[in-house]
Amino acid sequence: MAARIQISPRPKKGEVVEVRVLIQHPMETGYRRDDVGHLIKRNVITTLSCRYDGVEVFRADLSSGIAANPYVQFYTVAQTSGDLEFYWVDDEGKQGSERTPIQVT
Amino acid sequence: MRRRQFLAGVAALPAAALAQVDPLDPLVWVVTNGAPVKQGKVTLTLPQLADNGNSVPIRIVVDSPMTEADHVKSIHLYSEKNPVRNMANFYLGPRAGKAEINSRVRLAGSQKVTAVAKMSDGSFWQDTAAIVVTLSACLDES
Amino acid sequence: MSRAVTLALALVLLALPALAQQRAIPLAELKSGSSFLGADLRSLQNDDFANPGTLWLERGEKLWSSPAGAKNQSCAGCHQDAKTSMLGVAARYPKVDAESGRLLDLEGRINLCRTRRMGAQPFKYESEELLAITAYVARQSRGMPLNVSIDGAARSHFDAGEKSYRLRRGQMNLSCAHCHEANWGKRLLSETISQGHPNGYPVYRMEWQTMGSLERRLRACLSGIRAEMLPYGSPEYLDLELYLAWRAQGLPMETPGVRR
Repeated sequence: MAARIQISPRPKKGEVVEVRVLIQHPMETGYRRDDVGHLIKRNVITTLSCRYDGVEVFRADLSSGIAANPYVQFYTVAQTSGDLEFYWVDDEGKQGSERTPIQVT
Repeated sequence: MRRRQFLAGVAALPAAALAQVDPLDPLVWVVTNGAPVKQGKVTLTLPQLADNGNSVPIRIVVDSPMTEADHVKSIHLYSEKNPVRNMANFYLGPRAGKAEINSRVRLAGSQKVTAVAKMSDGSFWQDTAAIVVTLSACLDES
Repeated sequence: MSRAVTLALALVLLALPALAQQRAIPLAELKSGSSFLGADLRSLQNDDFANPGTLWLERGEKLWSSPAGAKNQSCAGCHQDAKTSMLGVAARYPKVDAESGRLLDLEGRINLCRTRRMGAQPFKYESEELLAITAYVARQSRGMPLNVSIDGAARSHFDAGEKSYRLRRGQMNLSCAHCHEANWGKRLLSETISQGHPNGYPVYRMEWQTMGSLERRLRACLSGIRAEMLPYGSPEYLDLELYLAWRAQGLPMETPGVRR
């Protein structure tokens, strides 16, 4: 699954940094019907978590109430240089991940 | 019923028309365990009119210093009319620095959305916002 | 009058129809679809990170450099960096292909390259790959004005496209012109009718919850007026796309657009 992460490239230590993530996923609600009238099975990202150098700093339970190709923006405090890793899993059990480096000055 | 009596009756209806989350609602009880949910600290922002119900921008801001001693533990989002009423839960903590979430949600028609924040001291706060969501002008079967 | 002058005069008179093609909406009044959006979707389109279409752009960029087909060639193999080689290209489509004489939109042109030059299978209409590569190529013309030619071989397609634009169809017996020429700016339920320009395509349409082509949007309009949706690849769509591009001439491209 394609995903994009945007974060301030070189934050200062202690700075509150904005983190934005956009994941390509249909977030199929399970309420839509196909051309012949059959219900299209629900498939949404159920959990999204963000780890900063291995420590979880943000987690979200999502549902069909979140728009397709989910976009989430939150904040985290820049502490050490390292990696910001995103993990997510959907109803079909498919796992996705994406990472971006964070350089703290 | 006389017209005057009827109008007086209507005026006497409770002013709490902005449906706040019911603390006894099982979905909310799971989070609060029956604790009172107070108005304040939370600001939920939705547009007045949605461009399209499939994707509506939402902002939740909680007034909190986000320190180890005093921070937001989680934010829970509830819909009045969606088939899945607990839309999302966001788990924060002192490492967040700021209690603000922005996302895009699906809304099945005009309704009220409520955000409930759970604080580190065990208190619960909420805010509600109303939005008008209309159907697309033309049927699209492409 | 001398023979030379008579001849010159005749030539000028013959050329006049092409020059004098009337525009229903004058150039100065042209408005992109994005100006009919609410503030939220308009700012989403301009957000280079959050615009959902950018997910397809990323895939398109990868496809650009991916070898395919019998010749194991990629787009990059011939065209190198898309940012330079594709600059302004999308703004000139639909266009008649000199070799085959066919009118092609950008999707058709990409598929023709795949079959003719790469020996690869064409991408299916509305497939994720075709949307991604078309969006990527069109993105390289973002900000550049639409500039299609309706001369020579394109003229008959243009005329057919205009006829199609003004043809009443469907249960509602409406033509494109009824909404987008005669009533743009007015309300239809809670939406404002746009002028119906193609300068943002392929777009991320909220109603589809995904990326889609101009052909898909035309099909959506047809279903909206309860008319039969022509199959993808119908020549009528291409003629209509040429007319639409001419009609929007001068409007800057906005791919990837965001629409309701």
